[in-house]
Amino acid sequence: MSSLTEKAKDLFSSKKIKEYDNLAGFIFISPWLIGFIAFTIIPMILSLGVSFTRYDVISAPEWVGLKNYIDIFTVDSTFRSSIKITFFYAFVSVPLRLAFALFLAVLFNQKRKMVGLYRTLFYIPSVIGGSVAVAVMWRQLFGSSGALNSLLNAFFGMDIARSWIRHPQSALWTLIFLAIWQFGSPMLIFLAGLKQIPGSLYEAALIDGANWWQKFFKITIPMLSPVILFNLIMQIISGFMMFTQAYIITEGGPFDQTLVYVLYLFRRAFSFYEMGYASALAWILLVIVAIITVIIFKTAPHWVYYESKGEF
Amino acid sequence: MEKSQLKTILYHLLIGIIGIAMFYPVLWMLSSSFKVEGTIFRNAHNLIPEAFTLSNYVSGWAGFGGTHFGIFFRNSFIITLTATAGQIFTSAAVGYGFARIKFRGKAILFALVISTLLLPQQVVMIPQYIMFSFIGWINSYKPLILPRFFAMPFFIFLMYQFIQGIPKELDEAAKIDGCGVYSIFFKIILPNIKPALITTFIFQFYWTWQDFFGPLLYLQSANKYPVSLGLKLFSDPSTVTNWGGMFAMSVLSLLPVLVIFIVFQRYLVEGISTTGLKG
Repeated sequence: MSSLTEKAKDLFSSKKIKEYDNLAGFIFISPWLIGFIAFTIIPMILSLGVSFTRYDVISAPEWVGLKNYIDIFTVDSTFRSSIKITFFYAFVSVPLRLAFALFLAVLFNQKRKMVGLYRTLFYIPSVIGGSVAVAVMWRQLFGSSGALNSLLNAFFGMDIARSWIRHPQSALWTLIFLAIWQFGSPMLIFLAGLKQIPGSLYEAALIDGANWWQKFFKITIPMLSPVILFNLIMQIISGFMMFTQAYIITEGGPFDQTLVYVLYLFRRAFSFYEMGYASALAWILLVIVAIITVIIFKTAPHWVYYESKGEF
Repeated sequence: MEKSQLKTILYHLLIGIIGIAMFYPVLWMLSSSFKVEGTIFRNAHNLIPEAFTLSNYVSGWAGFGGTHFGIFFRNSFIITLTATAGQIFTSAAVGYGFARIKFRGKAILFALVISTLLLPQQVVMIPQYIMFSFIGWINSYKPLILPRFFAMPFFIFLMYQFIQGIPKELDEAAKIDGCGVYSIFFKIILPNIKPALITTFIFQFYWTWQDFFGPLLYLQSANKYPVSLGLKLFSDPSTVTNWGGMFAMSVLSLLPVLVIFIVFQRYLVEGISTTGLKG
């Protein structure tokens, strides 16, 4: 093969080939292009249109103008509380998960025995964490006679009869814990990032007499900051999309304390068949996610690549 | 010497403690699946069953109203394997198109692919539902499978990255041998991007197997349910609660996922590390 490669190099290095093959190009990308138009562009236009109507799927949509949007922002208190809950969920669970992932990545970025096995094992919760199996288990784990209360009773003599799932103050935290539990993916990404940091930086710091914490905050964190930024954006977005866990574990309750945005949207659309109203909610969600992404990007120059200024 | 030994012990001890806390829920599920119904929530924290039984697996498998878990598993495999096959092939083709072929508008179209990486699916969920119900696809697998035959941006990006890493000289050598763009794709590119194909297989398998939202929206009759919806039936108010059966079937539902993880974990780790994208 290598001689063939050489031959090819000789042949083509002299005359530069700049062939356009429009037909082949579009044939190869056609699956995406068709799917993009059929499953993204058209639905988005349709959704925007529907958001200005009252529509229950069965009877024809009725044009209501901006009414859905006005109602959402002026009279819908459930909208406001679901926004608050979703922000809390995303902005608490994602930083905690990333911090935990970074902590373990630093632990596993050492040349020691068993580290490879640990890395693999600690990734497992990420693999199964999104499943219904784990969700139904989580529901029992934190239930009134679940393993947590039983553990607290056995080891600390605490006799707790309450269900963590059904208590307004702890319900959302059980979901946050489940999110933190799935720290495996960012951990692996951080590990890959840590390996990219040149060892010479740490050697130089050692000569200057830097201690472990100084090295961590002045070298590791700044060098890793682009990776942290990327993960922050991706996971905050997916935090906003959380649905299955809230649907199965807490069912949005108690008293709507875990009614996250997408679950609220789902109820409006598929329990009450208010497709117009729910479409307006979906568009607001898109705008919120876009604004958050822009804000994170805009603030990035203050902390990505440079010394942290207190954000971390 | 002494000090470094102590450090090593502390290191493994710390990881051990974190590990136990992390794996406790999974082990609890496993042990509960072998506990006799009625003893599951008595001293619930115990990981060793008072009496060991397989009856939960029998009663759980029986399912609900004649629909047993064999049917749920069969449905899950049908949906997952077809969707995954579609995703692997189409995303490889699209990735190749963007990575290797020059055509008009490529830069703009690729920018679109990248920008829709972040587009939440929930935004198009309602109009998709309206569209699919108009063409009569409700209560069929089509809404769950067919969109997967149109290359998702995440996998296009993965394939694109991978194909970029293959030396262009290979294509050019094949061209001299008389290969066109199509046979280069099949003979040169596909055999050389096996790791990317396997990574796509793993992720798409996981996502489809564990998907709850899609089946919840589109499937109505229980005999069409995949495992994810089947499991949910255990906690429905209308069914008699069978916690043991629920734990047993939960364990079974995770088996395919764990087997794939054990067999292919090397590819998974590489896939996550190279794309930097979450799984």
